[in-house]
Amino acid sequence: MDEIIQLSHGDGGLKTGQLINDLLMQYLGNEVLSSLDDSSVIDIDSNKKLAFTTDSFVVDPIFFPGGDIGKLSICGTVNDLAASGAHPAAISLALILEEGLPVKQLEEILSSIRKTLDETGLEVITGDTKVVGRGNADSIFINTAGIGFIDDNYIISPEKIKEGDAIIINGPIADHGLAILSKRDEFNFQTDIESDCAPLSLLVSDIKKISGNIHALRDATRGGLATVLCEMASRTSLDIEIFEEDIPVRIQTRGICEFLGMDPLYIANEGKMVIFAASEDADKILKAMKKNKYGRESVIIGKVSNKGKGSVFLNTQLGTRRLVDIHYSEQLPRIC
Amino acid sequence: MHKKIEELKDSIIKNKPQKGINIMEVCGTHTMAISRSGLRQLLPQEINLISGPGCPVCVTASHDIDHIIGIIREYPATLFTFGDMIRVPGTVSSLQDERSRGKDVRVCYSPMDSLEFARKNPEKKVVFVAIGFETTAPLTAVLLRQAAQEDIKNFYIFNTHKLVPPALEILLLDKEIKVDAFLCPGHVSAIIGSKPYDFIANKYRAPCVISGFEPIDILQSLDMIIDQYNTDNPKVEIQYDRVVKPDGNPAAVEAIYEVFEPVDSDWRGVGMLPLTGLGLKSQYSKFNAAKAFPVDIPQPKEPPGCKCGDVLKGILKPFDCKLFAAACTPEKPIGPCMVSSEGSCAAYYKYERKA
Repeated sequence: MDEIIQLSHGDGGLKTGQLINDLLMQYLGNEVLSSLDDSSVIDIDSNKKLAFTTDSFVVDPIFFPGGDIGKLSICGTVNDLAASGAHPAAISLALILEEGLPVKQLEEILSSIRKTLDETGLEVITGDTKVVGRGNADSIFINTAGIGFIDDNYIISPEKIKEGDAIIINGPIADHGLAILSKRDEFNFQTDIESDCAPLSLLVSDIKKISGNIHALRDATRGGLATVLCEMASRTSLDIEIFEEDIPVRIQTRGICEFLGMDPLYIANEGKMVIFAASEDADKILKAMKKNKYGRESVIIGKVSNKGKGSVFLNTQLGTRRLVDIHYSEQLPRIC
Repeated sequence: MHKKIEELKDSIIKNKPQKGINIMEVCGTHTMAISRSGLRQLLPQEINLISGPGCPVCVTASHDIDHIIGIIREYPATLFTFGDMIRVPGTVSSLQDERSRGKDVRVCYSPMDSLEFARKNPEKKVVFVAIGFETTAPLTAVLLRQAAQEDIKNFYIFNTHKLVPPALEILLLDKEIKVDAFLCPGHVSAIIGSKPYDFIANKYRAPCVISGFEPIDILQSLDMIIDQYNTDNPKVEIQYDRVVKPDGNPAAVEAIYEVFEPVDSDWRGVGMLPLTGLGLKSQYSKFNAAKAFPVDIPQPKEPPGCKCGDVLKGILKPFDCKLFAAACTPEKPIGPCMVSSEGSCAAYYKYERKA
């Protein structure tokens, strides 16, 4: 472990792993925490489970095209719960405010939180506020936690992924990361790319209703789609095949990525769910997804193939095939 | 597969030179595009693509890296740099290490941000790390012209700008490197046009094609190179004609030579190459951070076992280095070719390893 915390300890790559495994787990490790899933699932009784998750939000800027830190703080936690197959039940909200934050901005953030709660039928049921001196935080940091219930014995977990499963995503990737980048002081380029920031709990319950064969779900945030796929392949020791021409990327997003030398597969999303489901149900799942406003552009992007080493392969538009490497560093800090 | 891609692939296979051909893709952006698209898999083994020295971070001399790090360690300066530089290991630390210890190191995408910061903070000394080839040199030139006009006294550049065409001549003269043809970078020629490469075709009889960066552009350029090679008709052709004109962008070239003049330059792993760099002209020397902020530079030592020098010259492929993917990975890079997002080792690591 390094002597000093660097930004790279927060990038979701190797150093984040070192921080968690070599330091945090040394003091805090236990059976439930060790799964390192988006939410932890605890048994309440034989047919009811509780999902519990927490997330902090330090995004810069706090207002960005397609959202703001308030909306993000609810969506992030709701999506972590949804990805474990839970129905979100309640949210906690803790605000760390920097002296000097205009109350008008805080109100705007709260109103956005309210709107997102209403959309998902949730309430904040506990909370906290702290104020720190100017320079001791950056405008506003938010922590949310959420609980949800899995009460129908419908277990969704990477362990259920099977050979032949279809892999579905609910729309174009990489918009969140680029929307944030486009508004950073250091790179103020002109684009109308908007963050995909969205609560996906209703989309998840729509597909659970239509199919009993949803095997696993993952919210493709930091590290992007590639990181989620690599993680799933490695956990299941099954190879994954994806097809470049089927992976949705908006033309504008692609253009900026090429210009900046970034790979959209590794750029953060805040409203993208990657779904692993039995292939025979793929069509009806897609149909149900397309009826939801956050699923209109859903597509099948690949499949789980036979037993392998747990690698992800991209079949390119040139007709070639190459390995997709596990994400190794996020160039851009404070995207969420 | 796209019909045009299929046609190009078939044409390349049909016309492949029997005794093989070494084609150097000069530019890191091409290296990345080739690796990422898996384009190499389409080519017959007679066509050998080798990566050249066109990744600016990779060819920045160790003593320059150490000097930049020395400035931020020893002077209360604010340093602006493009992102890739931040992780390059120097002899004693990296800019990333210095930043985490509280030094003011900022990543910028546009050099103008550094000048703007200097304007707004006249009490701070601001250094912009000017790096790159003919593509970025005009931006630095415009920046300095502006700084001179406004007489901004707290602004400096650490200049490491380098030139592409004269460096290619030196590669051609090196007996160890066997380059038959060049795939030349389109964005460099958007500035300098095609004419600065004419001597390569005329004097060294090596085909040159100025290429775009889409896989289909590269395939088409390779097809054009092979045609020149087979017919023994070396010339400089522009495949990327939607962007590149034979005369390039004369205003940008003029800006470069208003501020800079050709000087000898030290290329990491390659050595000092005559007239391959851009030095500040005397009237702009007051902006020279290397002079304004002298530091004791530690004796540079290349990491033991690191083959970046040979990789940059196209003598070795990244896979041939013993450190590759073992001790040296993008997360823990040893040599610069693994650090930079345009470095050959990073490209091979990320996109060309087998499962």
